Amino acid sequence: MTIEHPDAAPLDRTALAAVVARSIPTGAYVNLGIGQPTLVADHLTPDQRVTLHTENGMLGMGRAAVGDEIDSDLINAGKIPVTELPGAAYFHHADSFAMMRGGHLDVCVLGAFQVSVGGDLANWHTGEPDAIPAVGGAMDLAIGAKQVFVMMNLLTRDGAPKLVPTCSYPLTGLGCVTRVFTEQAVFDLRGGEAVVLETWGTTVDALRELLDIPVRAKEVRA
Amino acid sequence: MSRIVANPDEAVADIVDGATVLIGGFGTAGMPYALIEALLRQGATDLTVVNNNAGNGDTGLAALLAAGRVRRIVCSFPRQTDSYVFDELYRSGRIELEVVPQGNLAERLRAAGAGIGAFFTPTGAGTLLAEGKEQREFDGRLQVLERPIHGDVALIAARTADEAGNLVYRKTARNFGPVMATAARRTIVQVDAVVPVGALDPEAIVTPGIYVDRVVATHDEDPA
Repeated sequence: MTIEHPDAAPLDRTALAAVVARSIPTGAYVNLGIGQPTLVADHLTPDQRVTLHTENGMLGMGRAAVGDEIDSDLINAGKIPVTELPGAAYFHHADSFAMMRGGHLDVCVLGAFQVSVGGDLANWHTGEPDAIPAVGGAMDLAIGAKQVFVMMNLLTRDGAPKLVPTCSYPLTGLGCVTRVFTEQAVFDLRGGEAVVLETWGTTVDALRELLDIPVRAKEVRA
Repeated sequence: MSRIVANPDEAVADIVDGATVLIGGFGTAGMPYALIEALLRQGATDLTVVNNNAGNGDTGLAALLAAGRVRRIVCSFPRQTDSYVFDELYRSGRIELEVVPQGNLAERLRAAGAGIGAFFTPTGAGTLLAEGKEQREFDGRLQVLERPIHGDVALIAARTADEAGNLVYRKTARNFGPVMATAARRTIVQVDAVVPVGALDPEAIVTPGIYVDRVVATHDEDPA
């Protein structure tokens, strides 16, 4: 059933990253998107035996490189110098995206402008006329992994929900998001409903009031 | 005929105006700086360039753009913190842009090299980037028809070549090099070192020499 912490503060970015990290299955192959999702790596434990994929051609990516470790030939998708772990493998771009598109990655974690309750993702383009369109690997990641996790604030700065009936921003992928992690709650998207797994500083009832989508508590399994 | 050429200028001498040039590299990793600088000196213009990005800072691809040699760029991610050369050209309408999802870019290059006429992929289906393209549902999933990207010439960087043109790469600098090498009529490679035939472990070769036309050894440091 849903775990509610109505008296807790909403999660900050670090705490949210820790919650995402705890949701990643043991032994998973995982791609962490650029930006906020990269924070998740700091909270993965050795016991989880997670292998990180970076779409520019590597499995077994280690932490960010520092000092003498910095090597301009060893970078992540955000073009940040990184390290390699024992057991790492390199491959070219077509192979890297084939393993993604082919459904071999267990989880990817992405940021978003909006997610629809049906799992549509909008995270690549604001649609503003003067914006330079740039998609990178976002559309490939959205449709590729077995589970697509989104990390985002539940509301915009203006207080509008980002978990919506239908995305108004240009789409990245259709029906691809399986779970949404926000500072107020974690939602599973199933059958056109947002199932609340856990809340911080709010309740399922309050979320149902706030959001313009079907929201329900997670039921106890018999 | 030997694939080994004396210098980058000789390697790029016959690239013509209007050519489609595949340029390896992801950001600055694997960017063939010496070949791009030679192309800049050579003067070919009205080029279509295929690269993951649209240049960083003032060097490499950005320098080619700044010199006005590129009519059209095909890439996945033009907008970066240091892509100011491209940004200015784009906003003033002096360069055409085709944005392609990164995996579709790689697969369209792979298809060109593998003799595939077109393929359906779920990446991008139902989005702005599928507009004007055929879309069909396969196995319950909407997919978009994508066509290969053929190059007249590919400029790539590798770590080591042997005299037969076999290549090995280094870490994530491999990125688009192996697929671009297959997708162009002529593939030109800059390497840190050329070794005799037999010096590379055949089990470790990533790009077989059949795909490689010219090799030039450079010792230029990455300027970035």
